[in-house]
Amino acid sequence: MPTKVEKDALTGTETTGHEWDGIKELNNPLPRWWLYIFYATIVFSAVWVVLYPSIPWLNGYFGGILGYQQREVIEDQIADARQAQAQFLDAIAESDLTALSEDPDLFQFALTGGEAAYNNNCAPCHGLGGAGQANYPVLADDVWLWGGSMEDIHHTLDVGVRWEENPDTRFSLMPAYGTLGIFDRDQIRDVANYVLTLSGQAAPDPEAAERGAALYAEQCALCHMDDGSGDRLQGSPALNDQLWLYGGELEEIMAQISAPRHGVMPAWGGRLDPATLNMLTLYVHSLGGGE
Amino acid sequence: MPDDQTQLYADTGDVQSREEQKKAPLFAGHVKVYPKKVAGVVRRYKWAVLIGLLAIYYLAPWLRWDRGAGVPDQAILIDLPNRRAYFFFIEIWPQEVYYLTVILIVAALGLFLATSLFGRIWCGFTCPQTVWTDLFMWVERLIEGDRNARMRLDKARITTGKAARKVSKHAVWLIIAFATGGAWVLYFQNAPSFVVDFFTGQAGVGSYFFVGLFTATTYLLAGWAREQVCTYMCPWPRFQAALLDEDSLVVTYQSWRGDPRGKHKRGTSWDDRGDCIDCKACVSVCPTGIDIRDGIQLECIGCGLCIDACNDIMDKVGRPRELITFDSERNQALAAEGKPKRMRIVRPRTIAYVVVLALLIGAMAIGLSSRSTVELTLAHDRSPLFVTLSDGDIRNGYEVRILNKTHEEGLYTLGLDGIEGATMSIAGQAVDDVIEATLTAQPDSIASYRVFVTVPAADLTSDRVPLNFILTDVSTGATVRGEEAFRGPEP
Repeated sequence: MPTKVEKDALTGTETTGHEWDGIKELNNPLPRWWLYIFYATIVFSAVWVVLYPSIPWLNGYFGGILGYQQREVIEDQIADARQAQAQFLDAIAESDLTALSEDPDLFQFALTGGEAAYNNNCAPCHGLGGAGQANYPVLADDVWLWGGSMEDIHHTLDVGVRWEENPDTRFSLMPAYGTLGIFDRDQIRDVANYVLTLSGQAAPDPEAAERGAALYAEQCALCHMDDGSGDRLQGSPALNDQLWLYGGELEEIMAQISAPRHGVMPAWGGRLDPATLNMLTLYVHSLGGGE
Repeated sequence: MPDDQTQLYADTGDVQSREEQKKAPLFAGHVKVYPKKVAGVVRRYKWAVLIGLLAIYYLAPWLRWDRGAGVPDQAILIDLPNRRAYFFFIEIWPQEVYYLTVILIVAALGLFLATSLFGRIWCGFTCPQTVWTDLFMWVERLIEGDRNARMRLDKARITTGKAARKVSKHAVWLIIAFATGGAWVLYFQNAPSFVVDFFTGQAGVGSYFFVGLFTATTYLLAGWAREQVCTYMCPWPRFQAALLDEDSLVVTYQSWRGDPRGKHKRGTSWDDRGDCIDCKACVSVCPTGIDIRDGIQLECIGCGLCIDACNDIMDKVGRPRELITFDSERNQALAAEGKPKRMRIVRPRTIAYVVVLALLIGAMAIGLSSRSTVELTLAHDRSPLFVTLSDGDIRNGYEVRILNKTHEEGLYTLGLDGIEGATMSIAGQAVDDVIEATLTAQPDSIASYRVFVTVPAADLTSDRVPLNFILTDVSTGATVRGEEAFRGPEP
């Protein structure tokens, strides 16, 4: 601090005593409007400290005399949003699925809600937009193990697939032909060669395919049908199309015959409310494969 | 006989320019300006421009323009809730806001052109700040009297008479300000019904807020801030120097003719002296309180009222008019040397402005006249990118949006181009595997369709093939194309 007060010759104002390259700073007072606003903010903060959550204690905090909590605010907002959605959700829960798709407003609401529910619950296995992934079915294509009508989709969602907690669950089981010793390794190769021809592909070993045809008719046609078209009532997949859930190479088909993999889906009825199940049904049906 | 002859010609009092009145050199303490009433050619032009502009501003929202049933019939309307802007025959959707950008650029270039030709005529004649300040000053003169009366009134002790004049002045100012703020909001609302709603308390909170806000800004800027807006707040005076050149017309004191200036006694000789009698009439009428004889300066808004004031004095002393005039720097230099003046309007600078202006206006006119009434936007599904169907065909999903900008229901056909064998199905439309589909869109709205396009795997040459959607308006035959990609597995 300078001991001597220096005054600027031109204006008569005190300087701060600081000097930069010969330029001295005038010690002008702060503008009054600025000071008043500054004082006002101090008063404001004092009022705020009393009214709102402000001072942290060691094991808590002073909550303010208004008792304001942001958590309560967000809970109120969520409750309000639920209230606003209630009329739609009630209508969707009670509505027939076909009638639902004919009401443009409800349908749009259901698609949006269905997408949200799908992304939360289904997308981890079935992929965004029903894109599927290895060993999990694509929902956007035209192949359905258990049927692609709205009723079928809704029922599959409701009871799940091979979900033992639900007695009505969709259930199918293919014997493990290799592990149980029904077929030996050569027979499995023969059948796999024949299965490839069902979808119009050339078998790597045509003679094996001929041998496999007899085995197929004897062991497989009961569920997968003679022409390999499958049976949705039993949940047996079609073998005469170009889509293979567990892979379409000869070795992959052999592995599936030898020790079949069986996918599991939880029953969503009971986990999700009826309105959400209906919305999910509409959304999955809209992905491109709906029948 | 008063010693000072100029008393006869002008009411000089203690006229000082603002520069002379300043005490502290570092802070510009506000010096109140009391502009004196003036009459003359420039003033008459200013009144005409003022009346014209105010009439446009206050009356334009009331103009009607029939657009058919269910559509606003206000000629100029920015309909924010419905995302539309109407200007007579033009109707603009939000995504066409670039027209507004072009209008703003055209306005800026027009301002540059006018400034390089005629100096700051925008500031002096047409700027809202000038127009409303002029209007407020006129009210002030009617109620408080002219310059000297106002100065006396401000210095006088408060009396009933003074209070009455002050209160009535501010009351009239506030009424004008309210009309101004109210008229602003009318450009965003249907004027006739909004006025009823406003005065019956039915209008929205936002409307009352904005009327209040613009009432306050009008009152403060035109009543109180006045020339301080031009001098301290407005950026325009700062860069006008870059736009002016030696051929621009600016309000000029012809110092070669006026100086040496000094008091002049009636009947004495005009030899060996200038025409300026230093009466300061030019200073007393100046709305920004400057002395034009100091030369071109930031505060001068180019209104030319000093020209009228000086002409009046020149007539009285019997000297030629136009001692202060609109003239260019080049002409002043020529005149000082006794050479003839010449006006150069066509210069590289003005040619450049005119060319760019013509290009922009032309482009916008072409854009507006060929503006399509239907638009097509396409969005390819992000997930899944493609789906393999049971027969091996590849299917892609698209969100197809049709923007129908007409006020009738639109009927369109959607076709595909670019991939042999491509067919489409439309969700919810009961059309499957067609090559052309018929779609509709509600009036003045966007119709959204989910379109699935299927291509036999054999027809796909790569994992990404361009695919064109062609939308044809059945009623007009107009077509719009949109290009998207068709995705498939790596071949």
